[in-house]
Amino acid sequence: MLKLPIYLDNNATTPLDPRVLEAMMPYLTEVFGNAASRNHPFGWAAEEAVDYARDQIAALINCDAKEIIFTSGATESDNLGIKGVFEMYSQKGNHIITATTEHKAVLDTCKHIEKLGGRVTYLPVNSEGLISLEDLEAAMTPQTILVTIMYGNNETGTIQPIREIAAIAHKHGALFMTDGTQAVGKIPVDVVADGIDLMAFTAHKMYGPKGVGALYVRRKNPRVKVTAQMDGGGHERGMRSGTLNVPGIVGLGKACELARLEMAADTARLSAMRDRLERELLTLEESYVNGSREHRLPHVTNISFKYVEGEGLMMGVKDLAVSSGSACTSASLEPSYVLKALGLSDDLAHSSLRFGLSRFTTDEQIDYAINHVKEAVTKLREMSPLWEMFKEGIDLSKIEWAEH
Amino acid sequence: MAYSDKVIDHYSNPRNVGSLDKSKKNVGTGLVGAPECGDVMRLQIEVDETTNTITDAKFKTFGCGSAIASSSLATEWLKGKTVDEALAIDNMEIVEELALPPVKIHCSVLAEDAIKSAINDYRVKNGLPALEEAKSHH
Repeated sequence: MLKLPIYLDNNATTPLDPRVLEAMMPYLTEVFGNAASRNHPFGWAAEEAVDYARDQIAALINCDAKEIIFTSGATESDNLGIKGVFEMYSQKGNHIITATTEHKAVLDTCKHIEKLGGRVTYLPVNSEGLISLEDLEAAMTPQTILVTIMYGNNETGTIQPIREIAAIAHKHGALFMTDGTQAVGKIPVDVVADGIDLMAFTAHKMYGPKGVGALYVRRKNPRVKVTAQMDGGGHERGMRSGTLNVPGIVGLGKACELARLEMAADTARLSAMRDRLERELLTLEESYVNGSREHRLPHVTNISFKYVEGEGLMMGVKDLAVSSGSACTSASLEPSYVLKALGLSDDLAHSSLRFGLSRFTTDEQIDYAINHVKEAVTKLREMSPLWEMFKEGIDLSKIEWAEH
Repeated sequence: MAYSDKVIDHYSNPRNVGSLDKSKKNVGTGLVGAPECGDVMRLQIEVDETTNTITDAKFKTFGCGSAIASSSLATEWLKGKTVDEALAIDNMEIVEELALPPVKIHCSVLAEDAIKSAINDYRVKNGLPALEEAKSHH
């Protein structure tokens, strides 16, 4: 029996893998020590668990265990990486390069940097959501200290050419940081081969618990340092003070281990399911995939269904938990800035749904989702004046709309 | 956001979806909103010219559940009303009936605009002066 609603919003967060919970349980109960307590076995047990988790994480992204700085999640890691580099390297320069389709944790941090007197370049993306390497090259200056470009996009799944970007940053003496939130644990991310100097990621996007994440900070070639953004006990090599969230860290470690072991199988299964979902939904007229289909995370698809409105569509697909590119909850009715950056018109951005599959998604759920979305889109189009005009061959762009 | 039961009912079972023959002299059509704002409503009325009564009303809406519900409710209310009674429908009555939250009040405004716009179209078609306030909300 299929349980409704079906959760297909795994880019927002994933459920906890029961095996992760099992690994965490002792650290929520009997092994409660503070990992910084050096004087007794309670502390040693906690520290040992944290060190083990560091090894599990390091094995996933091919780094040294000492290069992992634990944080509360990717937002904090993005803040620490960007603000920390800006402060630490202020002697060298004050210019940061990022892209318009980054997550708010990066964009708003960059806005903050601008208020502090920094200069930020926001690179545009093409219709596939990819930045241009020529644009990046042209934006580099002697004052550029950091290039920060996300690995895989949260709305479209578009994967940026990370290695090429890193090479350009390094050629000009800048550091390269990436927000790996959606990519780590989903696709192979190798900080050495990719040339990544700093990387933000989080547990709850890869079947781990909420409230714990990490910032990878390279220790050699070059040795990267970030100025702490929180003062306190000097934990995490002085870069992030605060008592370590031991159960959370154990969960992140276990999630990384499972990801490493099961990534190939998960990717094969999820991409096949995603492709089937996409193929079926594209049989609806006037439906379009947003972002690159070639360079894309395996478990994500973002589709616009022209002439139906996103929020109305969300209501029509009430048996599915998905996200819409429409944010019709405020008076401004701002559609997704990521989709707009791809060049989508506002109405097409409003008409989009994002599907994010997970390790726990089943074929049966996908079958249900396909029929449910097809029915909802068809019903709403029968109700849509825009669909009727389109069918009559009226050019909607020629109509003088009374904007309100 | 949680929708009220009435919004869900109108969304799931919309009343009077469809089109009237806009070439007919006694049919008024209102098309309001804009695709890039996420709401477009088309509301049509058919008027019995002898009694000045609205005998039929149809809508099609591109928009969120509250926009669909507002226009569906409007068509229900319009049927049987005289044109003058229809003109008196205030968006706040729609807000109350559907229990729309503040962020969705614009949906009711749009429905009121659609009613006025349809009536205006009917008036102009029939040689009556255009309504002063037909576009006042924009």
